[in-house]
Amino acid sequence: MKVKYTVGEQVFHAFVVVVTLLLSLAVIIPLLSIVFASFSDPVEVMKHTGLYWHPIKSTIFNYQMVFKNPNILTGYLNTIFVVLVGTSLNLALTIIAAYVLSRKGPRLIKIFTVLVVFTMYFQGGTIPSYLIVNKLGLVGHRAALILPGAVNTFNLVVLRTAMAGVPESLPESAMIDGAGHGRILTAIMVPVTKASIAVITLYYAVSHWNSWFPAMIYLKKKEMYPLQYILRMILIQDDTQVMTSGTRDALALSSDAVKYATIVVATVPILAVYPFLQKYFVKGVMVGAVKG
Amino acid sequence: MKKKQRKTELQIDPAMDLTLKEKMTKDWRRYRSLYFLFIPVLVYYIIFQYGPMFGLIIAFENFKPRLGFFGSKFVGFTHFKNFFKDYYFKRTLTNTIRISVFNLLFSFPCPIILAIFISELRSKRYSKAVQTITYIPHFVSIVVVTSIMMDLTSRTGAITNFLSHFGFKPTTMLNEPRFFLPLYIISGIWQNIGWNSIVYLAALLAIDQQLYEAAKIDGAGKLRQLWSVTLPCLLPTIVVMLILQVGKMFNVGYEKIILMYNPLTYEVADVINTYVYREGLLNMNYSYAAAVGMFNSVVSFLLVWTTNKISNKLTGSGLW
Repeated sequence: MKVKYTVGEQVFHAFVVVVTLLLSLAVIIPLLSIVFASFSDPVEVMKHTGLYWHPIKSTIFNYQMVFKNPNILTGYLNTIFVVLVGTSLNLALTIIAAYVLSRKGPRLIKIFTVLVVFTMYFQGGTIPSYLIVNKLGLVGHRAALILPGAVNTFNLVVLRTAMAGVPESLPESAMIDGAGHGRILTAIMVPVTKASIAVITLYYAVSHWNSWFPAMIYLKKKEMYPLQYILRMILIQDDTQVMTSGTRDALALSSDAVKYATIVVATVPILAVYPFLQKYFVKGVMVGAVKG
Repeated sequence: MKKKQRKTELQIDPAMDLTLKEKMTKDWRRYRSLYFLFIPVLVYYIIFQYGPMFGLIIAFENFKPRLGFFGSKFVGFTHFKNFFKDYYFKRTLTNTIRISVFNLLFSFPCPIILAIFISELRSKRYSKAVQTITYIPHFVSIVVVTSIMMDLTSRTGAITNFLSHFGFKPTTMLNEPRFFLPLYIISGIWQNIGWNSIVYLAALLAIDQQLYEAAKIDGAGKLRQLWSVTLPCLLPTIVVMLILQVGKMFNVGYEKIILMYNPLTYEVADVINTYVYREGLLNMNYSYAAAVGMFNSVVSFLLVWTTNKISNKLTGSGLW
């Protein structure tokens, strides 16, 4: 049967289509413009003003320049290290915590839950946190980028809610069959809640990839700086020394075109993860919407 | 005979006459392994979450790293009093409130509207495309978003160029105090509108289609349906998101502000948290900065608590 729309509905639909189209264009045009600029000739980029609708005299020269910059290369490696190690630790702790907090029997669980949830609403703040990290001797070490944020309480609550929704009979019957907590976690809880786990994995990985502030306050040596902090120096503070250090092509390395290529190089890897996880978004986020 | 048996059964009912201590021992024996599993998490929370909270005692002392948390001289509320008298108190408080109120007014409704619009789209493929595209900026780092914004609003940038057709004199917009707030808010919407709409989209998917059918039969037009069916169904989600947002009000995205501001725009851009960062970590006035930060945390907490109370009263739903 064909649906019939009233005039009012047609007008409304047209309005909705136009608005969403404009929004999508507003999002995609600046991003594409940067991609096009990154493939453009550096001299042309210097003369050009406004948006790029296509590459001007296409070249991959800018990208060759980006990878000649030692700071960007070490930044890349540092970021990859923090993303891999950090996210693994995040996931291990969050999954364990969510599992324990989703059990109904143990008496101490209620106290633990209150302790954990309270930290969502009240924090010590930047200065005491810095002093604690300093006291532990972590300042100047990569661990300072990983340990202080080892569990994100919001993500924990999301996963705990998902695990609490798993029928109690599943872990119980496994327990009767002699399975320990480790086995129940890996064989039942994790597979059943994989949508939520996918979403929190993404949250953790993206936040590690994009983080720069902890690096600024905790790290001292340039060799340890993650990519985003290097980017901040290059793109926002216009630090030509970081852009050119150790190379002879100083002028070429600091051109705007190379900056555009740097942005692309720093952003594409994390965007590449996203299509694989997209199907879990709505499902995984929905669980989080249910109050903890 | 039967009665007697029941009596004995009652007597061995486990929970009946055990003392708290016995209950705890039993609980411990049964769930020991679960508690052991939780130890690393507990250690994390104690050190990195509760540690800083207890570290707030330095707000009441003249903290010297050499003397430690307990050895430094106790000065009571001196730092708080100094902050309230400080020139920066008025400036950072006003800026914090102004930025977060405008953020709430403009950024908060946008994802709700977008979610409703997306759910109204008839073509599945187009709807999918809109979602995919609008989610992208969420994954772009604030460093990159800020640098894109700087690029677009520089003297020769595309936005400045565009505005110059309407008699706008080209300048570096981020050096002008009057543009700071609009740029902060608009770039925030640009980055998060799509991603933040997901939660509402999920809530919209859960609405029973029969409600719309019923409304149509009663003669409700499109707008009437939005008003009388869609919005009420979204309300619980909106309330929860609103409380969360209010809780974050005093923690306005200060990382982004640190990236965006410069001495020319401090007057309108400097918020409590950026001040804490400069005083504490750059000038190393640890105690004073901790006091300022504590003021921020306490106000923040009171805000969430109050909003939650109000929302429980008005709508019957809240966070707790």
